[in-house]
Amino acid sequence: MIQQALFVITLGVAIYFIRKRVLRLWANIKQGKDRVINDRPGERLSNMVLVAFGQKKMFKKFIPAFLHLFIYVGFVVINLEVLEFIIDGVAGTHRIFAPYLGGFYTVLMNIFEFLALAVLLSCVFFLIRRNVLKIKRFHAAELTAWPRLDANIILCTEIVLMLAILNMNAADQVLQQLGADHYTPTGKLVLSSFFVPLYDSLSETALAVIERGAWWFHIIGILAFAVYVTYSKHLHIFLAFPNTYFANLEPKGHMKNMPVVTNEVKLMLGLADANATPPAEPGRFGARDVRDLSWNNLMAAYSCTECGRCTAECPANLTGKKLSPRKIMMDTRDRMEEIGKSLESGGPGAEDGKFLLGDYITKEEINACTSCNACVEACPVMINPLEIILELRRYVAMEESGSPASWNSMFQNIETSFAPWKFPPSDRFKWAQD
Amino acid sequence: MNVVTMADMAAKGESPEVLFWVGCAGSFDDRYKRVTRAFVKILQAVNINFAVLGPEETCTGDPARRAGNEFLFQMQAMSNIQVLNGYNIKKIVTACPHCFNTIKNEYPELGGNYEVIHHSAFLQQLIQEGKIKVEGGSFKGKKITYHDSCYLGRANNIYEAPRSVLEALDADLVEMKRCRTTGLCCGAGGAQMFKEPEKGDKDINIERTEEALATGATTIAVACPFCMTMLSDGVKGKERENDVKVKDLAELIAESQGLQ
Repeated sequence: MIQQALFVITLGVAIYFIRKRVLRLWANIKQGKDRVINDRPGERLSNMVLVAFGQKKMFKKFIPAFLHLFIYVGFVVINLEVLEFIIDGVAGTHRIFAPYLGGFYTVLMNIFEFLALAVLLSCVFFLIRRNVLKIKRFHAAELTAWPRLDANIILCTEIVLMLAILNMNAADQVLQQLGADHYTPTGKLVLSSFFVPLYDSLSETALAVIERGAWWFHIIGILAFAVYVTYSKHLHIFLAFPNTYFANLEPKGHMKNMPVVTNEVKLMLGLADANATPPAEPGRFGARDVRDLSWNNLMAAYSCTECGRCTAECPANLTGKKLSPRKIMMDTRDRMEEIGKSLESGGPGAEDGKFLLGDYITKEEINACTSCNACVEACPVMINPLEIILELRRYVAMEESGSPASWNSMFQNIETSFAPWKFPPSDRFKWAQD
Repeated sequence: MNVVTMADMAAKGESPEVLFWVGCAGSFDDRYKRVTRAFVKILQAVNINFAVLGPEETCTGDPARRAGNEFLFQMQAMSNIQVLNGYNIKKIVTACPHCFNTIKNEYPELGGNYEVIHHSAFLQQLIQEGKIKVEGGSFKGKKITYHDSCYLGRANNIYEAPRSVLEALDADLVEMKRCRTTGLCCGAGGAQMFKEPEKGDKDINIERTEEALATGATTIAVACPFCMTMLSDGVKGKERENDVKVKDLAELIAESQGLQ
């Protein structure tokens, strides 16, 4: 009874924190501008199934794709066992599914154990890649102490959780052999039986403590991890799905139109439709802060797991410029977090005198972008850093007239000579005369 | 060379099969004017009924939009659309991927709806239809590498048309390590063409040129005026302009037809 009560309290605490955080994330994302994305649901669903569920874009790099797949399948499948944990915890039962599923339960548990080992080994490989082999994209400038620690915490937590499962099953098997009360036979669990020699000389009481300890450790670990994930780059495990669903379906070269500008230009050219209702005044042309971006840009920032494939492909970054598409996404997220935290503590929120452009992202960074779409192509979850960069440039050009001097000359040339270079328009057709 | 403008055609009450959108680089840049003329020679050789806007053409607005100046972009776009719609243009071919991308993907929202074809796809079609016959000649066995323009490739998923044009030349097509979806930008897109690069360790065009030279190709084929400038500068920077040529697809086809 005490265990049941403790379990329900633990579960309640975890749910309380997760709910609170999810509402904050939702509010942060909703700071962005509305944008209706409801066209072509079939194509969107297919992107989600292939890219998020099927991990299609991960397989451009085979080794990490394979290791990642183990962790992903392990996560999804082992969570079925968590369902049993929760029912057992609330009802005070032990392995409630075992008697009903019989031999199939043994098969299932063995699959879980195999996956647990695969997850464990993959995490070890990933830790080696990050910390020993020092793969370049994990050691870029924007990966400061916290993002690196975040990655290592996630990997180590997963290893520890998997070890807990295997040890719990080992102790459980010994208890079954001893015929202890409540320990329903599970059949032979192949991998965890390798741990049995550690335990088979212990007393029944000691074993029960270890088994219960591992059980509690695992479930508290999972619940704590679930809370942690919502504060971490690991959010991609959930947000990859909506992010791929709402991803851009237009050709990548297409830049989002600004209807409010269309309206003004039509007025200037005398093309305006007298009956057209003018669109609402924009807060700002382009984006200076996260609130000027669309909600889907903000959701994308939370979907980013900082893998750095975008930055590894960015021609500006590769040649030593300050621009890093990954940093654009991390900055967008960090600015949202800053505003969210301030609002939670009754602070000024977005009115704190700080801005995404200037306090987080510099003009030097956005000016270096060639709009080549390499970052967009590289992202395994279809994040679009380019859209944010171009929105920031729009703010600089239209609200500040702060573009680089040579761009301002280029604008002037287009205005006066109708070409980006200063040639007389009358020379435009001269190529045919030479 | 005798090239008909839309104004001439409209005066005679005629309409062309296709409008050739020359673009600013094709009109003013000395190097790219040669590409414009090569493409015109091909169109004339295969008797395509085409016209150009001539002095009525203006910048599509692409660099202004990418640099953030949406007003200027839309001013350009609207006035171009007025001209194009005024002539009732249905089909446009252009040798510039930036013009291609803008007219094809961004003009429809502003009232300009046309069938837009990049010259690489147009040439591919002419070859497939047998209108251009490339006899295995001067290109046989020559090493050519193709540099993907971002605005053709990733921006519009056109990877195969330029390659199939080059394959028709019977040349030895060698790929760079970064090609197709992972092709490295020449460094000029997003209005970079019109300013100095930001501070860094290296210029992007040099990085790309080194990769192209590493293939051992003697011809670097391009399909974009900005890539042409950036890679030509890169080849000069590496002092290889005597043995390595940067050429547009249209120039290569024109050469193979004895039109140059």
